[in-house]
Amino acid sequence: MNHIKPDKYGYYGEFGGAFVPEMLYPNVKELQEHYEQIIQSDSFQKEFKSLLSDYVGRPTPLFFSKNLSAQFGAQIYLKREDLNHTGAHKINNAIGQVLLAKRLNKKRIIAETGAGQHGVATATVCALMNMDCTIFMGEIDIERQKPNVERMRILGAKVVAATSGSKTLKDATNEAIREWINNPVDTHYIIGSVVGPHPYPDLVAQFQSVISEEIKVQLKEKTGDEHPDYIIACMGGGSNAIGAFYHFIDNGKTKLIAVEAGGEGVNSGKTAATIALGKKGIIHGSKTYLIQTDDGQIIEPHSISAGLDYPGIGPIHAYLHDSGKAEVVNVTDQEALDAGFHLSKIDGIIPALESAHALAYLHKMTLKPSDVVVINLSGRGDKDMLTYQKFM
Amino acid sequence: MNRIDTRFQQKKNNLLSIYFTAGFPHLNDTLGIIKQLDEAGVDMIEIGFPFSDPLADGPVIQQSSGKAIANGITLKLLFEQLKDVRQHTQIPLILMGYMNPVLQFGEKEFFRKCKEIDIDGVILPDMPLVYFESKLKTMVEENNIANILLITPETGTERIHQIDNLSKGFVYMVSSNSITGGNKTMDVQTDYFNKIKDMNLKNPTLIGFGIKNKETYENACKYSNGAIIGTAFIEHLKQHGTKKESIQTFIKNIRK
Repeated sequence: MNHIKPDKYGYYGEFGGAFVPEMLYPNVKELQEHYEQIIQSDSFQKEFKSLLSDYVGRPTPLFFSKNLSAQFGAQIYLKREDLNHTGAHKINNAIGQVLLAKRLNKKRIIAETGAGQHGVATATVCALMNMDCTIFMGEIDIERQKPNVERMRILGAKVVAATSGSKTLKDATNEAIREWINNPVDTHYIIGSVVGPHPYPDLVAQFQSVISEEIKVQLKEKTGDEHPDYIIACMGGGSNAIGAFYHFIDNGKTKLIAVEAGGEGVNSGKTAATIALGKKGIIHGSKTYLIQTDDGQIIEPHSISAGLDYPGIGPIHAYLHDSGKAEVVNVTDQEALDAGFHLSKIDGIIPALESAHALAYLHKMTLKPSDVVVINLSGRGDKDMLTYQKFM
Repeated sequence: MNRIDTRFQQKKNNLLSIYFTAGFPHLNDTLGIIKQLDEAGVDMIEIGFPFSDPLADGPVIQQSSGKAIANGITLKLLFEQLKDVRQHTQIPLILMGYMNPVLQFGEKEFFRKCKEIDIDGVILPDMPLVYFESKLKTMVEENNIANILLITPETGTERIHQIDNLSKGFVYMVSSNSITGGNKTMDVQTDYFNKIKDMNLKNPTLIGFGIKNKETYENACKYSNGAIIGTAFIEHLKQHGTKKESIQTFIKNIRK
C-alpha cells in the first residue's frame, strides 16, 4: 500500500493546508472532522461501490490499443474513463461527495465546473439523490461548452454564470466558494478536482483512486504484472491524474507522468502549464504551485480545453513533482488536437480535448517494445465537437 | 503602545473604521484618501492591498481590487506610496489583504516594512490560526504589529476565546455569514451580538460586513465598540470621487 495521505493539518510536504477565511472555517472543519470516518464506514463503501458498478458502469475497460502500440512500439493501454455514465471520470467523485453530503444532513449541493463534466456529473447525481443543485460556470465556458450547459439544465440543476475575473474555471470556483460562505449550514460544496482547502484534495483523491485500483487488477489479468512502466494522465487541477496514479505511487517501477496544457506554448503568455511557469503560492485555500505575477496576482490561464484551463494544480501534485515521484510535462493546444483527431481515426474513439493532451505526449517519449504504458482516457469528446469542427 | 490600543483607551464607543482599496479609483489616490479620512474624523483606517481572487469579497470590492491591480498597484508600490504617511497623520493604520501577495513579497519583509512605515495592524482574512501561531506570531510581535482576527456568527465559543487570546488591537466581528457588501439583515444577529458582548473579551470589538449607513452603523455600535465600513465607502468613491467634500459628506452622513 503506497497511499498518499496528508498530515493532520492537510499538508503534503509543504503543500496544501486550509487557507480559508473564518466564514468558511466551520464548514471546512466539519468536513475535516467527519470525512474519514464516514467514507471508511461499511455502509458508505457499500452504497458507493454499488452505485459505481450499477449506475456508472464500472469497472471501465482497460483497452489494449493494437494500433497505438504498433505505431509507438510499446504495449499501450487506454483506461476508458470516457465510458463512465456522463462521459468522464468526474462522476466517481460526484457520487462520493453527494453520499457524504447526505450523511452530513446537507440539503443543497453547489459545484464549480470548467468543461462542464464535473457540473454534469454533479447535476446527474443530484437528480438521482433528489438534492437541490446549483452549478457555477465561467461565462466563457458556458459559451464554449454549450451542450453540457443544456445537459445540466435538463437534469434540473441551476447554472449560474461566473462573470468575474477571467470568467473561466478559476472564477467559477471563486463564485462557488462565495456562495458557500453565504450559505454555510445547509449547503455542501463539491469541488471537482484535487484542489481547495484540506480535506478536499484527500477526499477527491480517494474517490478517484478507484481508477488505479481497477488498472492494477486489469493489468494483472492481461499481462501478469499489475504495475505498468508508465501511467500518463492530463492535469488541470489533477483529479484524473491522481486517480490513475494513486495505487502506483512509490512502487519502485511505474513512472507517473502528468501532462499539463501548454496552450499556445509555455512562453506564449497563453498557457495553463503551472509547473512550467508557476511559483509557490496560495489559491483556493491551499498552498501549491500557481501561475502568478511577482506581486502574487493570479495570471489568467489559457488552454483549448476548458477542463485544463486552471492556473494552479492540486497540492498533492505539487508535492509529487517536488519530491520527484511524478514527472510533469506539457503539450500544446495543437498537439492535443492532432492527437484527438488521430485516436478518432485509428481507434474509433473521440477523446475529450483534456485526455487528448495525455495521448499527445506519446510522441515525445522514447519507448521500448516491452514497455507497458497506460493512458488515462479521462473523458469523451462529445462536448468538444464545436472545437474539433473548427479545426477539421 | 500601539496606536490602535491608544485609540480604544481614549474612546470606548462609536468608533468608526473605514476600509478602502489602495490604488483605487486612481493609482495615486491612496495617500490623499488617508488624509481626507483623517480630517473627516474617522478613528481608524484599513488600507486594502488588492488580490486578483478575493474569496471573501462581494462584487464591489472585487471590482475595486481588479481596477487597482489594472492601475498598477502592487504591495511594493503601496509601501512606496505610504513611505512618508506618518509625516501627515497619526491615525491608526491597518493593512488588510489576502495571504498570497504577502507570501510573494516575503512574510518577514512584509512585517518589517509595516514597522518601518509605522503601520499599526494587519488583517489577513485567509490566514489560518495554526499558521499564524506556528509561522507568523513571532514576526508580528517583534514588529509591534497588531494581528486582527475575524469571528463570525458560526464561530464556536471555545474558538472565540482562542481568537481573542491571539488577537491584538481588536476582534473583527463579521456581522453575518456572508461575503463583504452583503444585504443580510442585522436584526437576526442580535443573539450573536449579545453573546459576544456578554463574553467580555479581552480585546475591544468592531463589527463589519454589511454596515453601510447611519442606521446600520448605530445598530452595530450598540453591541460593540464601533463599526467598520468598506463596500459602501468604495461605492461612494466611485460615484462622488475622492475630493475632500465627497469624503466629508460620506462620514457626516454616517455620524450626523
